[in-house]
Amino acid sequence: MLKIEKLNKSYGANKALTDVDLNVSEGVVFGLLGPNGAGKTTLIRIINQIIDGDSGEVYIGGELLAPKHIGLIGYLPEERGLYKKMKVWDQMLYFARLKGLSPQEAKIKIKYWLEKLEMETWRDKKIEDLSKGMAQKVQFISTIIHNPPLLILDEPFSGFDPVNAEIIKNEILELKAKGTTVILSTHRMESVELLCDQVAMINRSKKILDGTIKKVKSIYRPEVYSVTLDHLTRDLPTEWISKEDEGSYSFTLPLSGKNPNELLNELMQYGQVNRFQELIPSMEEIFIHQVKSTENG
Amino acid sequence: MDKIWLVIQREYVSRVKKKSFLLVTLLTPLIFPAIMGVFVWIALQEDDNQALRIIEVVDDNKLFFLESSEQYAFSFSDASHEEAKQLVQDGNRYGFLHIPKFDIKDPTGISFYGEENPSMSLISYLENNLRKKIEEQRLFESGIDPKIINDVRTKVAIKSITLDEEGTETVSDATVNYAIGFVAGILIYMFIFIYGNQIMQGVIEEKSSRIVEILVSSLKPFQLMLGKIIGIAGVGLTQLLIWIVLIGTLTTIVTGILGMQMPQQQAMELANPELAQGIAQNTEMVDILLVISGINYVQIAFSFVFYFLGGYLLYGALFAAIGSAVDAPSDAQQFMLPVTIPLIVAYMGLFVFVLNDPNSTTSFWLSVVPLTSPIAMMGRVSYGVPLWELALSMGLLIVGFLFTTWVAGKIYRIGILMHGTKPSYKTLWKWIKTNN
Repeated sequence: MLKIEKLNKSYGANKALTDVDLNVSEGVVFGLLGPNGAGKTTLIRIINQIIDGDSGEVYIGGELLAPKHIGLIGYLPEERGLYKKMKVWDQMLYFARLKGLSPQEAKIKIKYWLEKLEMETWRDKKIEDLSKGMAQKVQFISTIIHNPPLLILDEPFSGFDPVNAEIIKNEILELKAKGTTVILSTHRMESVELLCDQVAMINRSKKILDGTIKKVKSIYRPEVYSVTLDHLTRDLPTEWISKEDEGSYSFTLPLSGKNPNELLNELMQYGQVNRFQELIPSMEEIFIHQVKSTENG
Repeated sequence: MDKIWLVIQREYVSRVKKKSFLLVTLLTPLIFPAIMGVFVWIALQEDDNQALRIIEVVDDNKLFFLESSEQYAFSFSDASHEEAKQLVQDGNRYGFLHIPKFDIKDPTGISFYGEENPSMSLISYLENNLRKKIEEQRLFESGIDPKIINDVRTKVAIKSITLDEEGTETVSDATVNYAIGFVAGILIYMFIFIYGNQIMQGVIEEKSSRIVEILVSSLKPFQLMLGKIIGIAGVGLTQLLIWIVLIGTLTTIVTGILGMQMPQQQAMELANPELAQGIAQNTEMVDILLVISGINYVQIAFSFVFYFLGGYLLYGALFAAIGSAVDAPSDAQQFMLPVTIPLIVAYMGLFVFVLNDPNSTTSFWLSVVPLTSPIAMMGRVSYGVPLWELALSMGLLIVGFLFTTWVAGKIYRIGILMHGTKPSYKTLWKWIKTNN
């Protein structure tokens, strides 16, 4: 769906993107991760043709990115904005028409979405009279109103209460099921694990990691096991710092060169093993580890 | 193009639909005549309600006789100074005018006593009357009959006629030309300021509410800027058009009503030979009508629309650029100076140079330089301008607004995405130089 090759962009002396390659397959939810200031927004703005890269290519559906592709993309920026004095209906119509929909098409789509998200009663309300969450929903609909095959959402859940965040999450998954490719830019790792099929991490203008969630997780395996023992038959070594709860001891152990079976055998000599589980790092831990390892060279 | 059209529509409709637009558009043409009407009405009421005011005159020279008017009656008596004052204090007289004995070549010491502060008009009425009487007295003393003076008094009016190369004669009158240049210049000045500010506010609104990021993902920043400028120009033209229609209708109605009263008044004037002056004024009116019909309206109307739009586009782009560079209207002040100064120079120049001497060198330059020409040239056009000068000025204005739009586009495209930093002129210059 989207392919980026050796993309560079700098603002004066500051590098915003350095030789970034990216390959987003069709119909996936693609997580674009990175701390603030890493270059995510610059990358997204280039895909949206708001700014141009200095060098490198962006392909969309196999074609070099050009102004005619504007209608293929739906973009929800991190900083949301609507005309405060405009009515919900007029606002949606304006955005839909700017994306190239005819007035008739636009009206049908708006009606459909207003009904789907139970918002028909707001259609003649001005944005300034809506609550923040309501306005966010209007914004979300405005983003997807033209059925874009590629959806770019920058921190889509910020500003939503849990109920509305759930609604939006389900809408994203529904769009994905219909074949929409979604790029989700965020620094909230927990939503990444829930939603994304593929991820790429950007730090200090460079892509430092990418692939499917499973692949990314396999790159960094700290090989640490979480263990719970009870009915101890002998004292535990003091270096195993453990937490005791009514005769049951929980602690973490690195493999330290052994294989898991050997470790398990060793543990069985201390008592009854109630739990023996490999600790899979969260995206957050992978992210922190990756950032640190690239920064240390 | 479709997208620019959408932006134009939104900018236009969202403004024209506002109640404030409707109010301002409908009320402005009514407010000025209404205020004038109220004043005239109050003045008429006062005249009607005023009782005749009697003023006691004590003339120690026993020379001067003041004619009573509708408002003031003069009573002459030999009362003493004190007695006359007492009359005022008792409320029997409105005032007391004391003319002491004086040398007729140097009349001093004339005083007026009243219970209240006398109005300016009363004092000047008394002064004028006395001056006339003293002058007549002096003429009489030098052996000249004042009637001769009245007979030789002559009114001179020069009819000025402009000759063009083909020998066509047009009656011209500097007053009429002055008025046209004055009104046109001020209208353009106000339009640029009011609507330029609207552009700036609109850009700041879109920038600070972050709508702009969504908009520029759908269309080019330049399209957005142009759409906004053109849309707001449409609002201004609509307002102007409504004003013209409203004022035109009002004038027709008012002159219609006055026209019905006119015959009586004219008949009265004709019947009264003392009002023969009125007829003289009428021939003056005919002359002015002649001048008005002699003006090249097509050229003036065309120039007005051209400079109206040209000036607006030139400055509108700059206002848009300023709006894009700042986060809030309060920050805009620092960049307003380069925009306000040429506008004020043009405005002052219109009054100080152009309207007084439309063909001076200063007037020429003011009307040719694009930053001042929209206002200054209107002051010259009504007097008639050589075609090549008009063409030069218009050509430069087109170049000027293409240039400012280009510069503004460069600032705008970067400015709208910049938040939290207060740019300086140096950064703006950097943005202009940046290519993408």
